[in-house]
Amino acid sequence: MSTSDVLSELETSLLAEIAGSGDLASLDTVRVSALGKKGRVSELMSKLGSLPPEERKTFGQTVNTLKSKVSDALDARKAVLETAALDERLKTERADVTLPVRLGPVAEGRIHPVSQVLDEVVEIFADMGFSVAEGPDIETDEMNFDKLNIPAEHPARQDHDTFYFSPKADGSRLLLRTHTSPVQIRTMVSQKPPIRIIAPGRVYRMDSDQTHTPMFHQVEGLVIDESTHMGHLKWVLQEFCKAFFEVDEVKMRFRASHFPFTEPSMEVDIGAEAIGKPGQWLEILGCGMVHPNVLRNCGLDPEKYQGFAFGVGLDRLTMLKYGIPDLRSFFSGDLKWLSHYGFSMLDVPTLGGGLST
Amino acid sequence: MKFTFSWLKDHLDTEKSVDEIATTLSAIGLEVEGIEDPAKSLGAFKIARIVEAKKHPNADKLQVVQVEVAKGEPLMEVVCGAPNARPGMVSVFAPLGTYIPGSKITLEKKPVRGVVSNGMMCSAAELELSEESDGILDLPAEWADNVGARYIDAVGLNDPVIEVKLTPNRPDCTGVRGIARDLAAAGMGKLKPEPKLGAVEGKAECPIDIKLDFTKDTANACPVFAGRLVKGVKNGPSPAWMQARLKAAGLRPINALVDVTNYISLDRGRPLHVYDAAKLKGAVRARLGKAGEKFLGLDDKEHAVDDTMCVIADDSGPLGLGGIMGGEPSGSTETTTDVFIESAYFDPLRTAATGRKVGLQTDARYRFERGVDPASVRPGLDLATDMILKFCGGEPTKSKIAGKEPIENRVISFDFARIEKLSGVKLSNDEISHTLNALGFTIDGTPNAAKVTVPTWRPDVHGAADLVEEVVRIAGLDRIPATPLPRADGIARAVLTEKQKRARRGRRLLAARGFVEAVTWSFIPKEEAIHFGGGAPALDLGNPISVEMSSMRPGLLPGLLTAVTRNRNRGIADVALFELGQAYRGERPEDQYASAAGVRAGTAHLTGAGRHWDGNADPVGVFDVKADVFAALSALGLDPSKAQITRDAPAWYHPGRSAALKLGPKTVLAYFGEIHPATLKALDVEAPVSAFEIFLDALPPEKKKSRAKPPLAASDLLPLTRDLAFIVPKDVAAGDVVKAAANADKALIRSVNVFDVFEGGSLAAEGKKSIAIEITIQPATETLTDQAIETITKKIVTDVKKATGGDLRS
Repeated sequence: MSTSDVLSELETSLLAEIAGSGDLASLDTVRVSALGKKGRVSELMSKLGSLPPEERKTFGQTVNTLKSKVSDALDARKAVLETAALDERLKTERADVTLPVRLGPVAEGRIHPVSQVLDEVVEIFADMGFSVAEGPDIETDEMNFDKLNIPAEHPARQDHDTFYFSPKADGSRLLLRTHTSPVQIRTMVSQKPPIRIIAPGRVYRMDSDQTHTPMFHQVEGLVIDESTHMGHLKWVLQEFCKAFFEVDEVKMRFRASHFPFTEPSMEVDIGAEAIGKPGQWLEILGCGMVHPNVLRNCGLDPEKYQGFAFGVGLDRLTMLKYGIPDLRSFFSGDLKWLSHYGFSMLDVPTLGGGLST
Repeated sequence: MKFTFSWLKDHLDTEKSVDEIATTLSAIGLEVEGIEDPAKSLGAFKIARIVEAKKHPNADKLQVVQVEVAKGEPLMEVVCGAPNARPGMVSVFAPLGTYIPGSKITLEKKPVRGVVSNGMMCSAAELELSEESDGILDLPAEWADNVGARYIDAVGLNDPVIEVKLTPNRPDCTGVRGIARDLAAAGMGKLKPEPKLGAVEGKAECPIDIKLDFTKDTANACPVFAGRLVKGVKNGPSPAWMQARLKAAGLRPINALVDVTNYISLDRGRPLHVYDAAKLKGAVRARLGKAGEKFLGLDDKEHAVDDTMCVIADDSGPLGLGGIMGGEPSGSTETTTDVFIESAYFDPLRTAATGRKVGLQTDARYRFERGVDPASVRPGLDLATDMILKFCGGEPTKSKIAGKEPIENRVISFDFARIEKLSGVKLSNDEISHTLNALGFTIDGTPNAAKVTVPTWRPDVHGAADLVEEVVRIAGLDRIPATPLPRADGIARAVLTEKQKRARRGRRLLAARGFVEAVTWSFIPKEEAIHFGGGAPALDLGNPISVEMSSMRPGLLPGLLTAVTRNRNRGIADVALFELGQAYRGERPEDQYASAAGVRAGTAHLTGAGRHWDGNADPVGVFDVKADVFAALSALGLDPSKAQITRDAPAWYHPGRSAALKLGPKTVLAYFGEIHPATLKALDVEAPVSAFEIFLDALPPEKKKSRAKPPLAASDLLPLTRDLAFIVPKDVAAGDVVKAAANADKALIRSVNVFDVFEGGSLAAEGKKSIAIEITIQPATETLTDQAIETITKKIVTDVKKATGGDLRS
């Protein structure tokens, strides 16, 4: 047998053994028997020294070729066997992916509709330069009525159905504010014009039926400077309604009215198209130019300063925009209602991203 | 205020439609609440005559009648169930397609027991004219001439009723004439001149004396009182037209004398009263009441008076309350022959106060408390006399008057330019003058320095702003151009305060932790307020709507716990609710505080509630809410590890499973813990509840730092960890072990984590427990040698021992 025949036979035999290995362990046995220190290929190399110098080169090259062929075959087989072993293992690793999962707290939590709508309203007015003023719920007759040009026997005072606290020793009694107008008073007393504020908050009236609750939310607005007039008031309300209801156009109707704290006074209706109910008018707010007596009561000269005020029910805006039927549910703490009508914490109203996203 | 269209036309010469009038009324401040237009509801009903009536072939109680519905047209066959239907009867017919308001159906062509009815004969009830329905309307036989005419025309019902909701500043519009004046000013027609009266002033002196018995201080209660006697009247029903108008306005006709006063009250906003002169004793006087006095009112009820009320009295005592209600015994009846007419002025404030005190809401009070035109005292008396003479005959005396009308002649200095300055609309001087004149104002001087005299019927107009309102509302608010409010240059600035931003952030943080935001009442049951540390008498409402809403809440937890119970009653036990709002420590503004509170009930954990294949949730506990508080505070910019945890949470928390979080001894940032079982019982809460209260006002302001973040102190060196377990006395707080370990080398120890607490086995018997901590050491500049690590570890062991008495577990 010539040397080349021997080599050829060895190659055939080794490749057959590699191909025949059924698992990684037997493949390793073949590797050792071929390429290990005393393996059959390694042994051939050790013969190299006993060959005549002119044959050495050829023989060496041939053995090296054999060695790399065997080595490649081993790697290839190893990869095949590894893949097969992994496949075998993965077959046993099987989850029932139909099992239900929990969505986690972010999906469960809710922001109350009134809080959400207040955030929306604040966004809109902040853009027009209004800051947010707050004040106490427990007020005096002076702040809630007198300074607002509503004297004790004024019929308008009776309309308010005020909650009073028990009289004190001196006969005076505190009350729960019937509107957030005392915040306007506190602002005008403590700040110099120009003033641009909104005053949101809880207000209280002795009313309880299908459409009234003894506690509800209002947002009032106040602008005082030396030149703001009813045209500005109209514009602000129009822009607010468009932005709030997120429509290009809102039909508005301004009707003359009367409030003791404004002169002239207007009531404002919007076309219900804005909430997808064409053909109706919805009364949404009262407004007017701040009454000279109110300015005077706050130490402002009505010959110099003027401006407007408006007031709108926050709960009512919420009901209109989001189609919520019953005011009383707002304060019931009913989880089903809150989960249904409430908002995700991720629904942060912005002017850039849209108020109701 | 209700009146009919024809009534309005007595004062307003107009060609406008009811709808045009209504639109204008609402626009100028006289809000139309409704229009009842009989032409719309009853226009289809016609006068018809039954020519022939036969029994229905298939029904005992029905008839088939042949009806003449229009002159010269074929008869209509109609099925009729009315027992009174008979040949020759004149009644009312509704053709097919008519909506019948009384039965709320629209007539369709369909057979009734086999006979097709071509319409319907109608009863008064079907037209909603009365409750009766014993049969079809039986009209007088002579109305047969009107066959084919509209029923509403034939009976004079074709007069729309307009209802206006008046604002309290417009007493002048409590009379139809005042409304007509506004409409005329607004271009809706011309105000007709006052009607000419007959000879109302008699020759004889009025035999009844009128006195005003007041002191100087109280004289304004009734500054003027005029009267006149009409002798020999024949009282009876007032004319049909007047009765129809009174009914349309919602009043019940009584008799001619009384109806005249009611009519003038509605027509002119001028209340009057008529007395049966035969029942008066001595002089009629206006005076203040006396304690113990009372009178029987026209409402058939006895009313006590006191010395704050203005009464009208004779020698027998009080007859009635001035400006509110007359008395029954002295009132005019069918048998009255001599009538004494009162026309006076009563002070608005006293009238309002008296009306409230005695609880009487009358048409007279409604007008006097708003301010009746003081100049109408004499004209009102004359108008009433004129009508009484026309309706009842009789002989008038001269009028008698005590006191003087309180007429102010108010003059306002007015620059016409003020209108544009305040309203933004530019109107011509002509238009301004014209409008003011049409409303009864008189103008002297030039437009930039006018002297405007206010008419006596406008007590609400005091200054320039009021005049602007008058002109602008009549001109039309739609003429005001919407004008952009000037805005600050550039992009809008942030406006929220630190506290407002924190409230926003806190709200969304809690929602992110699975809480659902509730808004609960500011007032709660008194016993709950007491239970939660409130309930002071100063915070009790004097006029609560119910005992459930009677005391201002001292905190937010009572409302949230009540909501837990309510949800449980609806089948939801695992709830996580929060509220962010105000509560009250006292009645002063500074006693109101802002709080964020949350409750977790049942198994409402952060990770989820209830049973789940991956593991069932346990009842909530103190650590759920501790995590909420710590997460909330860190979201609000505060490092909660810098605060002290003390064990003095209030009594509504479980004494052993609750804590207060404080900055210093006085500033309480928050309470958290499990709710005391006794509190749960008191509020009827069945599930275990853990709760927290964060006091937002107590959080220190965030320190103004640079917006740029500090450089990241990141080391390339790998951190290493060491686990140490200590045996400590049972009552040692884990926090103290952690603090001692962390402080052993502040530079190198990055964190200390408790990974095991063991209290069982033999340790329990010894009154001890084991606390195992994992210490993470972060080398700063070079890898630590084993010896350096050993040194740190030893120091930790020594320091923990010193702080807590704990030994390293061997």
